[in-house]
Amino acid sequence: MTSPIELDELDCDFKESVQESTPEANLDLCLTCGACTGGCPASELLDMDPRKLLRMVLLGMDDEVRKTPWAWVCTMCARCFKACPMKINIPKLVYSIRKSWPRDKAPKGIRGSCDQHIRTGNAMGVPSKDFIWVVEDVAEEIRENDPKFKDLQVTVDRKEAHFVINQNSREPVTEPDELGPLWKILHTVGADWTYPSVMWAGENYCLFLADEEGWKYILEEFVYHIDNNLGATVVVNTE
Amino acid sequence: MQKFNIPHNFEFTSIITLYAQWIKEGKLKVNSDWNRDLKIKFTLQDPCNIVRKTWGEKMADDLRFVIKTVVGEKNFVDMIPCGTNNFCCGGGGGALQAGLPEQRRAYGKVKFDQIMKTGANYVFAPCHNCHGQMEDIGEFYGGNYHVVHIWTIMCLAMGMLGENERSYLGPDLAEFGL
Repeated sequence: MTSPIELDELDCDFKESVQESTPEANLDLCLTCGACTGGCPASELLDMDPRKLLRMVLLGMDDEVRKTPWAWVCTMCARCFKACPMKINIPKLVYSIRKSWPRDKAPKGIRGSCDQHIRTGNAMGVPSKDFIWVVEDVAEEIRENDPKFKDLQVTVDRKEAHFVINQNSREPVTEPDELGPLWKILHTVGADWTYPSVMWAGENYCLFLADEEGWKYILEEFVYHIDNNLGATVVVNTE
Repeated sequence: MQKFNIPHNFEFTSIITLYAQWIKEGKLKVNSDWNRDLKIKFTLQDPCNIVRKTWGEKMADDLRFVIKTVVGEKNFVDMIPCGTNNFCCGGGGGALQAGLPEQRRAYGKVKFDQIMKTGANYVFAPCHNCHGQMEDIGEFYGGNYHVVHIWTIMCLAMGMLGENERSYLGPDLAEFGL
């Protein structure tokens, strides 16, 4: 025989922890309208969708919520959040679920990229000296092969440059020839720019891992380098 | 930086905003003459991070201004929906490295169908994750489009794209302007 759910007796620890850390999430306001789910490309994957996930949180199904690998299928793209008439922050909920995963159980690829970034300043784990070598090598090749760019200047850690540019580490590491076109554009407009040698990469897998300690460390190191060592006015991300 | 209240003395911007500014100021002299007769069609993936989640409509507008300047207004086809209401490609949030390729590709089918409906030969991907994901789903579902960085087509339009800087171009543009 079915019995009614006694709301007062539900144990909703996970919900409470999310509300505490992100008071703006307002999970209780859900009208179950499904606008989130209707416009979500991750709906139905692994038999889960945003509305269902939120229902499970509100019903105190904490074990299932904490374990669902759907938290890593959802990309936290925030389309659901934008559509929600009650402004419920589902991406933050998913982020909280990721954060609740033991670090060693989180997807290896994301964890590895976060670890590499903390250790080396980029998700590919390339030492800064190798990054600098690649940059100088590609620049030299362009200067030699293309008379229009015989004066092309590419620098790392040049003090007082106006712009500091972050680049996705896959570009210098796996497709260095993709660096040239951007440099040529910067050269053409006469931009005063440099790359940083510390935390030089544009990506951030610690954010995806919900590793706040790592994420904060990366940012602090980066900000310190820019403000104390370089003194740039503008930081530019290339993506 | 906002999240952790880290004080800093610099501004933060995107290269797209600078491209738009430089074109308007006349510093970046680029146009779509190269594509006037070729009429190659382009579409754009609005990256969730810089559009919906950070700079909103302003970034969506800057992207379109830059791209239309470079390929020609008539040769640009938007996906539906797009801009701040765009679908994520399915590669974001670390999904490319989450070890769930089957689900990632099922997610990406939405994007693949959107791209195919535009009939475009090229998709601009101003984000490396989007780039990787759209190439992967294109290959997986049998798409005939190419995924390109904005800087590639911008340099092509200005006649300064090197021979070794063309790995993402299709055969129609592989030797263009060399």
